[in-house]
Amino acid sequence: MLMAGNQDKWGSRVGLVLAMAGNAVGFGNFLRFPVQAVQNGGGAFIIPYLVSFLVMGIPLLFIEWSSGRFAGKSGNHSAPSIMDSMDKRWIWKYVGVFGIFSNIAIAAYYCYMESWTISYVIHSLIGTFDSMNQSQVAHFFSDYLDVTTSTTGIPYEAIVMFVLCLALNTYILSRGLMDGVEKVAKIGVPLLIGFGIFLAIKGITLKASAGGAINDGTVGLNFLWTPDFTSLSNPKVWLAAAGQIFFTLSVGMGSIQCYASYVRKNQDIALNAMSAGWMNEFVEIVLGSAIIIPIAIGYLGIDKVVELTQIGGLGLGFRTMPFLFEQWGPILSAVAGAAFFGMLFFAGITSSLAMGTPGISFLMDEFRWTRKNAALSFGIIILLLGLPTIFFFNEGVFDEYDYWAGTVSLVVFALFESILFAWIFGMKKGWREITSGADIKVPLVYKYIIKFVTPVALIIVFLGALVRPANDDWSLLSFKGWTLHNESIIGQLQHKGIGPNNTWFSDEFYTENNGTVDSLYSVKNKSYVVITGANDNGAEQSKTYKFNPQKHQLNVTLGQDIITGDKLYSGKVVNRVFYLDMARVLLVSVFLFICALVYVAYKNRSRKEIAK
Amino acid sequence: MNTTALIMMVSVEVTVILLTGYFFYKVLTSRPKSGDEDD
Repeated sequence: MLMAGNQDKWGSRVGLVLAMAGNAVGFGNFLRFPVQAVQNGGGAFIIPYLVSFLVMGIPLLFIEWSSGRFAGKSGNHSAPSIMDSMDKRWIWKYVGVFGIFSNIAIAAYYCYMESWTISYVIHSLIGTFDSMNQSQVAHFFSDYLDVTTSTTGIPYEAIVMFVLCLALNTYILSRGLMDGVEKVAKIGVPLLIGFGIFLAIKGITLKASAGGAINDGTVGLNFLWTPDFTSLSNPKVWLAAAGQIFFTLSVGMGSIQCYASYVRKNQDIALNAMSAGWMNEFVEIVLGSAIIIPIAIGYLGIDKVVELTQIGGLGLGFRTMPFLFEQWGPILSAVAGAAFFGMLFFAGITSSLAMGTPGISFLMDEFRWTRKNAALSFGIIILLLGLPTIFFFNEGVFDEYDYWAGTVSLVVFALFESILFAWIFGMKKGWREITSGADIKVPLVYKYIIKFVTPVALIIVFLGALVRPANDDWSLLSFKGWTLHNESIIGQLQHKGIGPNNTWFSDEFYTENNGTVDSLYSVKNKSYVVITGANDNGAEQSKTYKFNPQKHQLNVTLGQDIITGDKLYSGKVVNRVFYLDMARVLLVSVFLFICALVYVAYKNRSRKEIAK
Repeated sequence: MNTTALIMMVSVEVTVILLTGYFFYKVLTSRPKSGDEDD
């Protein structure tokens, strides 16, 4: 047994449950869940979603809480040592690297999103969005993401806000669990629920014709909750539901194990896990479904909102909601804007603090770092890793981090940990860990679900992501092969869908869509070409290309018909694929670096064992 | 709202609210174990 100097503990049980709930509740509860529901059968989405929660979510919560408490008894608080304490074969501690890596990589872009919410609270309160039209509000977000543009007069505003947000996270983490994380959870979780209830009431009670609304709020609820039962036979819906359970519960990350490792050895984990898990479901299902969709459909109508959900929840939240709040008058819009982005901020910070804890615990346990130094190193690493997502946001670096660290890593790690727990650590010991000290009777059926159903469900989810077919048409599957979806794991590895600009560097840039050049314009020393045409589904779609007239020679003229692959401009070009590959190199480097640290840590452990 | 949507929404939300309330109430009211200086 290796006792570490890291003897932090939770101050209270309520604080622990709120911190765990805060870890789970994030941006996805309000921005991703309703969009997923709209895109996957409305009310019928909830059926596979709840099934996934019961057979995958709850079992993984039990696995992670009990593994954490088990390993915490011997002073192990981070995923590599938690997994190592369950099975001494060398491979597990390196599998555990996922449990530090994904937290660091996700925090790098998550803290950036968190900084947007701080900025949007300020802008809502000072009335920046007053008198802006919908297009201007949408452009405001694009301007904010462009680091060279300032929306407040502060130069490099996006970076300044990111650094401030990181400093806040670092400070709270440096205060420890009881005085930092737990205090924030006790304030933040009730506040975000309060803000959520206020906005949900506003959304549900929205009346058509009030302040320009064209629909009652109930029209949005009707749209969201009307079940399309035929969607239940579509594997896409089931995989989307399972994916949402991962995102929403923060399972497969290593943060739950880390928090649970600080639970006292005789304390319940079964009831705590259920309480935190269901609290997350309350925020997601009850509040998350009653805010952006009812309000957006109230003002914009169903067709427009369906179109907007194609660009995802983030776009809907940041490009559209401030404009909709403006319809409520200057005072109420300031209150609603501050409540909405404040809610997102608290949802974000309670999650990002959980992402910081595994890395800090690792440094404290294995290298005897002080909490302050470990927290500071977390802040610096996140800053360095986060800057590429800020500078190269439009080149896809942000999305690349999200795909590999925030999606694929979670599934891989959850799959390994469920196999380790159920089949190697063993269900006999595992069940004893889950039920030891339990304040509720855990249904015996979970012993079998954890052993058989959960690993199989995770294998299906992983394989589904690996070979996802084009257009999510699972009838394409055949022994002769099928066309892969651009976002399947294999498709991503092959840069499928990258288009004609598929080399790192080039002397020419080619158009990536068919259509007609419908505008050429310059704003703030930047020049743009807009090509509008029909997409694969026949709907009109525009794509805007930025170029630098000082470096590039434009090869198209206004009104010209274009097909994909036509030369748009000549001159030195660094293509998007270069940034994507560099992001991958960076992520792999971080993973290998943590592997090296784990190797050194275990060499140190061996030396100390021999010295004893 | 149409009846199916209303039934779907009310049944799911009431279930979630009751379970959330029940588990959190249990957390608040369960007695600390001996040797556990929590709460």
